Amino acid sequence: MSDGEPLLRVENLEKYYKSDSDFIDRILGRQRDVEAVDGVSFEIREGETLGLVGESGCGKSTIGRSVLQLREPTAGSVYFKGRDITELSANELRDLRKEMQIIFQNPQSSLNPRLTVNDIIGEALDIHGIEDDAVSRDQRIKELLERVGLNATHASRYPHEFSGGQLQRIGIARALAVDPDFIVCDEPVSALDVSVQAQILNLLEDLQDEFGIAYLFIAHDLSVVEHIADQIAVMYLGKIAEVGTPTELFTAPQHPYTEALLSAIPEPDPLWEGDRILLEGSVPSPIGPPSGCRFHTRCPRVIPPADYEFGQDEWRAVLSLRHQVSDRELAVESLAEAADGPVTDAIRAETGVPETLSDPEAEGVVSEAVESLAAGEFEAAETALNTFETPCATDEPALRDVDAGRIACHLFDPAYEAEPGGGRADRDAGDSGVPVDD
Amino acid sequence: MSSDTSTTTTERGRIRVSGFDVDRVEERDPLSSWEPGLQAKEGRGRLEFAWLRFKRNRLALFGGAVIAFMVLLAVFARPIQAPPGVPLLGGQTIQPLSLAPADPAAQNIITGYTEPTLENTLAWPPTGLHLFGTDWAGRDILSRIMYGGRWSLSIGFIAVAVALLVGVPLGSIAGYYGGKIDELIMRFVDMLYAFPFIVLAIAVIAVLGRGYWEMILALVAVGWLPYARIIRGEILSVKENDYVTAAKALGSRDRSIITRHILPNAMAPVIVQATLSIGTTVLAAAALGFIGLGLSPASAEWGVMLNVEQDAIARGRWWAGAFPGLAIFLFVMAINLVGDGVRDAFDPQGDTQQSGGFR
Repeated sequence: MSDGEPLLRVENLEKYYKSDSDFIDRILGRQRDVEAVDGVSFEIREGETLGLVGESGCGKSTIGRSVLQLREPTAGSVYFKGRDITELSANELRDLRKEMQIIFQNPQSSLNPRLTVNDIIGEALDIHGIEDDAVSRDQRIKELLERVGLNATHASRYPHEFSGGQLQRIGIARALAVDPDFIVCDEPVSALDVSVQAQILNLLEDLQDEFGIAYLFIAHDLSVVEHIADQIAVMYLGKIAEVGTPTELFTAPQHPYTEALLSAIPEPDPLWEGDRILLEGSVPSPIGPPSGCRFHTRCPRVIPPADYEFGQDEWRAVLSLRHQVSDRELAVESLAEAADGPVTDAIRAETGVPETLSDPEAEGVVSEAVESLAAGEFEAAETALNTFETPCATDEPALRDVDAGRIACHLFDPAYEAEPGGGRADRDAGDSGVPVDD
Repeated sequence: MSSDTSTTTTERGRIRVSGFDVDRVEERDPLSSWEPGLQAKEGRGRLEFAWLRFKRNRLALFGGAVIAFMVLLAVFARPIQAPPGVPLLGGQTIQPLSLAPADPAAQNIITGYTEPTLENTLAWPPTGLHLFGTDWAGRDILSRIMYGGRWSLSIGFIAVAVALLVGVPLGSIAGYYGGKIDELIMRFVDMLYAFPFIVLAIAVIAVLGRGYWEMILALVAVGWLPYARIIRGEILSVKENDYVTAAKALGSRDRSIITRHILPNAMAPVIVQATLSIGTTVLAAAALGFIGLGLSPASAEWGVMLNVEQDAIARGRWWAGAFPGLAIFLFVMAINLVGDGVRDAFDPQGDTQQSGGFR
């Protein structure tokens, strides 16, 4: 493993899609960008695995396909073996396909139902002129099938005659056929049942040991990634929130989003009473994503404004009031109808803002806002609430080194009077390059 | 362990699941001799399954037999000679058989119409036998129908084949590349759809004149539109499959992706549509012939035969119009039976009514 140039280096990768729109919108230029991936950078060294986790729609698969140039990135560079492959011509790219491959999530739809296994794997060999002679071609296909744990006599069968796990093995054999150095695994085990998942994961690890292949392993299941990855990157809404080795990721300090994800891993112990961190609301739309830190709309640990004294609960309640006001979601009229006492109290009760806040200045701002709301003046309320400034909503956090891994969160930025990080330093594990094995 | 479990904890990982030991699963004694997954003895494509289903559809087989019979009659009605320009075979007889009882062009103006008759049935050669009667010029109608099948049937098959050759590539390009090319092709299709078929056909024939190939061109001018639409819609859904992305990731060229991965998986509805529209095309050709835009009035094309005898039925000479009309009806019905059979054969849920499997 060389210490110099990594096998794959992605810099500020961006992929925007145009939102769905009709003909008139297109003429008037009213299309908006869907920021699927926004400025993502990472590195993968030879023979290493980078796990990429995040919830549905956060841009994981888009990264996988943009790295392979299957979708042209909007901006940014992808360096493979030192060459920027975003600038290659179609022919140069075709040669490069020998070195980077992809494995898909759904094994049924990733194999052409009309071709035999022999044709499916042989296609890879034909395109790149590997094994031109028919005898050695068949021989190579048989070897590949046996290498991924299938019977070589199955070569003349069609995909519908195999089970899901077997199909995934055929998909792996197809990717292996061109002898690649790098494979994007796009949720390769999510469609398989648990016992088969383990077999496929073990197969992928064995292949990595044997051929020194690097993986970009995309998954939404942290426990799967923990098993196979040397580095894990956690994504939220098109950006990387935290990167580190599995040990680093599982120890504090953590990004608040990572914390929430980890707390959601099921635990078989009936006597386990860990706190589940439940995130409020749903993932914001990637069309016009939140300003500043993209997670701040749901973050349980948003930094309170420096000028006021807030308890974390109070601050959380005020923030949720602010989001409801700016989204015009608060149904003031129906609250007013149902309320026994003053409307202001009803609004406070609805949004969880206490009767009086501990800081009198903050209380002044909030009560002004609530009164404007009671009068139906949303704009005035919004202006009032916007006097609370938090760096999370205004400044975009960058990935910075902390004790364990790299985190993009203002909590770990000394410029914003961070809370003490704590946690053990387990950085050593990350540089050894040995797969983390149980 | 026992003392630990009595209290609750926030520590993870006290219970570890260790059932993922692959070696143990693979090396254990088999519970039965059953082998998972691979029951089928040899690979069978969807086409093969479609053929198996088609074979069980008796109506479709009957339709197929009728078509085959009519094609055979048309081919063997009169001897076929290679045109003089063809090298090696020029001017020679390729097909010597002559099943038609009389020369379809042999006239007998003096007798004119003759009623259908069974006289001389057993004589060979059957001179004077007119099973279907004769037309105004005394030509034997049976012979003309057998011989005329060469035009009527071939127009159906050729026009549909040419329309497929035009519509499928255009629709594929529109569906696969999308964007501006798609808009361009599909708006052109919409534009042609805006004309009534007969108006467009009249326009084409008015420009080119009457004739066999001119008629085929007129039929193709409208005939390719449905194929382009259908194949485009299919490709839009098929190209989202991961195996298309996989082929791109392997570095396949667009042409091989379309022909190898997309088209075979998108063709089924087009094949069904094409089979069904052979019948409509023959009907359309007959209609053009009937309004006088088809082949020359002397030809034996079935539509033209009807046109020439328009007023014969009113004068009591029913046979002059009935038999060519019957021939058209029989062929179109047969092709529709086959078309329905093909559609059912490609429908994977068509098996449900006969759930007993292959018998």
